[in-house]
Amino acid sequence: MVVGVAAKGGTSIAPGAQRRSRTGYFLLLPGMAWLGIFFAIPIATLFMTSLQAPVEGASGQYAPAFQVSNYADAIIEYWPQFLRSFLYAGIATLLALVIAYPLAYFIAVKAGRWRTLMLVLVIAPSFASFLLRTYAWRTILADESPVTTFLNALHVLPDDRILNTSIAVIAGLTYNFLPFMVLPLYAALERLDPRLIEASNDLYANPITTFRKVTWPLSLPGVVAGTLLTFIPAAGDYINAELLGSTQDRMIGNAIQTNFIDFRDYPIASALSFMLMAAILVLVFAYIRRAGTEDLV
Amino acid sequence: MKWLRSHLVGMFAVLALVYLFIPISVIIVLSFNKPAGKFNIRWNEFSLDGWTNICGVPGVCESFLTSIQIGLISALAATVLGTLIAFALVRYRFRGRSTTNLLIFLPMATPEVVMGASLLALFLNLQFPLGQTTVIIAHIMFIISFVVVTVKARLQGMDPRLEEAARDLYASPGQTFRYVTFPLVLPGILGAALLGFALSFDDFIISFFNAGTLVTFPIYIWGAAQRGIPVQVNALATIVFISALAIVLFVQIRGQMKRKSLTAAPANPATIDVLPRS
Repeated sequence: MVVGVAAKGGTSIAPGAQRRSRTGYFLLLPGMAWLGIFFAIPIATLFMTSLQAPVEGASGQYAPAFQVSNYADAIIEYWPQFLRSFLYAGIATLLALVIAYPLAYFIAVKAGRWRTLMLVLVIAPSFASFLLRTYAWRTILADESPVTTFLNALHVLPDDRILNTSIAVIAGLTYNFLPFMVLPLYAALERLDPRLIEASNDLYANPITTFRKVTWPLSLPGVVAGTLLTFIPAAGDYINAELLGSTQDRMIGNAIQTNFIDFRDYPIASALSFMLMAAILVLVFAYIRRAGTEDLV
Repeated sequence: MKWLRSHLVGMFAVLALVYLFIPISVIIVLSFNKPAGKFNIRWNEFSLDGWTNICGVPGVCESFLTSIQIGLISALAATVLGTLIAFALVRYRFRGRSTTNLLIFLPMATPEVVMGASLLALFLNLQFPLGQTTVIIAHIMFIISFVVVTVKARLQGMDPRLEEAARDLYASPGQTFRYVTFPLVLPGILGAALLGFALSFDDFIISFFNAGTLVTFPIYIWGAAQRGIPVQVNALATIVFISALAIVLFVQIRGQMKRKSLTAAPANPATIDVLPRS
């Protein structure tokens, strides 16, 4: 089911099959109205809230204004969290790509009759609560756990521990969004014609050249979809940073949540949210354009 | 050495799957634990407390049922709304197609924290009371896009000749829809509904922003994380995990068996409704 998200793009349909009538609009209306009222209007409200100014003498109350300085204040106070979000999400996305590619390749090309079972196993972890899965990493990465002890014996950990460091946050992000990377990669690799690889081998290309010149370029739509589906939720996530990191590893999501819900500083929180969304959308569209797969949208 | 090289990808794939299941096994194992302190993060002693007394901790089962209720309502509503949109997108020509596509794509490209915050901004500005209604509104909103994409893929993958055949055999548009189109799309719609329920049931970020004092299962876990998650939560999560896995495996195996019977007897009209897409 999720495979379809990334696999099918564009609208390919026999031209004669589409009808022009009012029914189309009636079918669209309820759902699009819902998205308009509860997605588009809230984003506009968010923008307006981000420009509000505090009411004198009444703490926690804000009035419509055009206080652009909210954005400057938000950036000055929270630029490290912004930077961290994009850095952590970027590293996690790369790690997920490295782990997911061989897995997706194996399922798509070599798994044979085990294919369905392996796909189910890829999505199965998502059936256990996201929060509990993340929390479970506290056990796995705890200070005296086998993983930490082993890595400490190799002297590769900068702080001699994993839990409550940025490594744990990145590890959690990588783990949690891995299925979003595997599925689109699988969808792309599954459509790969095995004869192309055979042809490449016949023409005396070694496996590395075949991968570089044939497999990888043909799987690029899957790579683009997978990296986006991993990067976007990872950049906005604050659960991993909260449960696995220290206060030094907080991401922009943490800042938005605390400002909105704990401090009730709605303008700053809205400014942060709006900038996060804008930054991600700019990145997404630039990336899609560069990768040349605009039919993804 | 040669064996190693030809099986390298396979071994890596198995390792990756094992990696995916490490936290799951931790959750399941710790559901049989009797924690030494208040934090259930280290193995101490075997106990069935979490299972025999599954509603023993106040709030756990209530939050669990709240999440199921919200999941059912949201998935149902979003599936109806999303399926209608998918039909319009694939079957009808209309003006504003690119705007429509954009409005469906954007919620999937927006981080949850932004959607949660923006809806909260709206509800606060309207002074709309937060609670179950606002959470359901939010869930329907973010599930619709996933339903549209899933059902659309199914509709596009459908063989148009099947509907043509129905029309050639003098079926009215209503009959064609009822006996051909709908049964063919139904697996996609059910898949979308299941996905929607799963998304709603496990959602934390958007819910947390718009819940007010309402406690869903993920919100309960979030609150408990600071003071120690009771073993009962692990037991409930294990039940959810196993049942979801069972449902998916059942659907997949049934699909494969029907596919086999289809190739064995291609003329049997009773099996047409499970024609494999792709």
